Amino acid sequence: MALESSSPLVIVGGGQAAVQACLALRKEKVTTPILMLSEEADFPYHRPPLSKSYLTGETDDEKLAMRPVSFYESKNVQVELNCRVSGIDLENRSVVTQAAQINYQSLIIATGARPRSLQIPGAELNGVHVLRDVQQARSLKIELGAARNVVIIGAGFIGLEIAANANSAGKKVTVFDMADRVMARAVSPNVSSWFEQTHRSNGIDIRLNDSVDRAEESSTEGGSRVSKVVTAGGEEIDCDLLIIGIGVVPNSELAMAAGIECDNGILVNEFCETSFSGVYAIGDCAMHPNPFYSNKFVRLESVQNATDQARTAASVIAGNRRPYHSVPWFWSDQGEHSLQMAGLSDNADLFVQRNGQVNGQGTDQGGNQDSVPAGSNSFSVFHYGNGKLQCVDSVNSPRDHMMARKLISEQRSPTPEQAADPDFELKSLFT
Amino acid sequence: MPKVTFIDADGTRHEVEGKNGISLMEIAISNNIDGIEAECGGSCMCATCHCFIEEDYTANVPAMESDEDEMLGFTAVDRKSSSRLSCQIKMTDELDGIEVSLPAEQN
Repeated sequence: MALESSSPLVIVGGGQAAVQACLALRKEKVTTPILMLSEEADFPYHRPPLSKSYLTGETDDEKLAMRPVSFYESKNVQVELNCRVSGIDLENRSVVTQAAQINYQSLIIATGARPRSLQIPGAELNGVHVLRDVQQARSLKIELGAARNVVIIGAGFIGLEIAANANSAGKKVTVFDMADRVMARAVSPNVSSWFEQTHRSNGIDIRLNDSVDRAEESSTEGGSRVSKVVTAGGEEIDCDLLIIGIGVVPNSELAMAAGIECDNGILVNEFCETSFSGVYAIGDCAMHPNPFYSNKFVRLESVQNATDQARTAASVIAGNRRPYHSVPWFWSDQGEHSLQMAGLSDNADLFVQRNGQVNGQGTDQGGNQDSVPAGSNSFSVFHYGNGKLQCVDSVNSPRDHMMARKLISEQRSPTPEQAADPDFELKSLFT
Repeated sequence: MPKVTFIDADGTRHEVEGKNGISLMEIAISNNIDGIEAECGGSCMCATCHCFIEEDYTANVPAMESDEDEMLGFTAVDRKSSSRLSCQIKMTDELDGIEVSLPAEQN
């Protein structure tokens, strides 16, 4: 230990995964000083509220902070903000910043992801936004206040969360997605269709199988601010605020340049170890084998994944090697509705609905969009593959969600008939 | 300002102040109380801000909503009758002096 004591444990990144790594390392009784190098100007903060309560003003900067500044000192963590790491020297176990070359004892890469850019004419105009960090949220919040016509490209979680907030604030909101349903990659068709109906009945214009061809500035007002978008079909839509939410790409260039193996993210094993000894990758940037996805490699963008991979890496660094073995879970708050997901859908061949509307109802009901059936606001959809429960999407049903996490974690599958029967107590499967 | 005492699982007491309107979870986090994790940041999603309200103070604590009730079925340390999620209880003058015990584990 004496030989190693001069070098800190370095964390590159300053998000959820980085903070959870500090917490987990100290809980594992690792006493090495920690140096956190973050490109951001703010101390680590909660990212999920940025598209939700931070945008509405319900959450302020103080509430957004993950921990008070005093926390870092109390845990012997030195945080360097506005600090970009330009290189990793694996042989000499050091990272390079603008100011210094810093030796590390262990290196945790938690560089996260960045919004995928959209290459359309006009994407560079003022009034065109992406949302990932708090600085972007601050400028979006200000512009949203003044905006009248909001266009959102991408009907994923972020896009729909912002859409619901903007719509509640009285803006005219149009959402585009090239897929034939909202959140197509994340949830079952029934959940997509329920949210489509709900958002539409609240006044949001959702355009599926459609895209924006270009954004244009005003020809009369001058300046370089977006004033309309033109759809693939040539339709012009007024737009003074354009938000692009079409997913993220992992920040793996730093690792790749250093020679660490990458493939749609930084490749790690079940211990969050990269291809180079003493270097770990966690959170959104880590491409890992997931035991709840047949051990296939996957990259997950979630608080759960960041938190649990931080614990895994910390356990390995502490010498208490515990593999990553946590049920993936996600959430999205859209207006007053809560969507929670447990598990990962893997070519599911059967969807079973518990409570709410009848299975299949709600699709292709263009003329009936504002008549969501009474009593259907709480339901869950169970995804099965080869007869095994893979994943559960829950709408306004926290109990089903928590039960699903437990069922999937313990690999217990209710039969599809049991799942569909609201009177069947899922709890009874544990006794 | 109203006061809260957090009591660690090992019996260590931390008396801190908390502004009205701020949740017990936020008070614990802003005072670096380790026994509260609050992974989800107060969205009632993770059940890692589990706490036990000491008996003398339960009467002044507002009743829980169904979401919290359901989440409490999934805490790391088993639920007791005094169990609450600290993110769901906002500080008020009536809660001044409240004592809150923390479980040994949150996840």
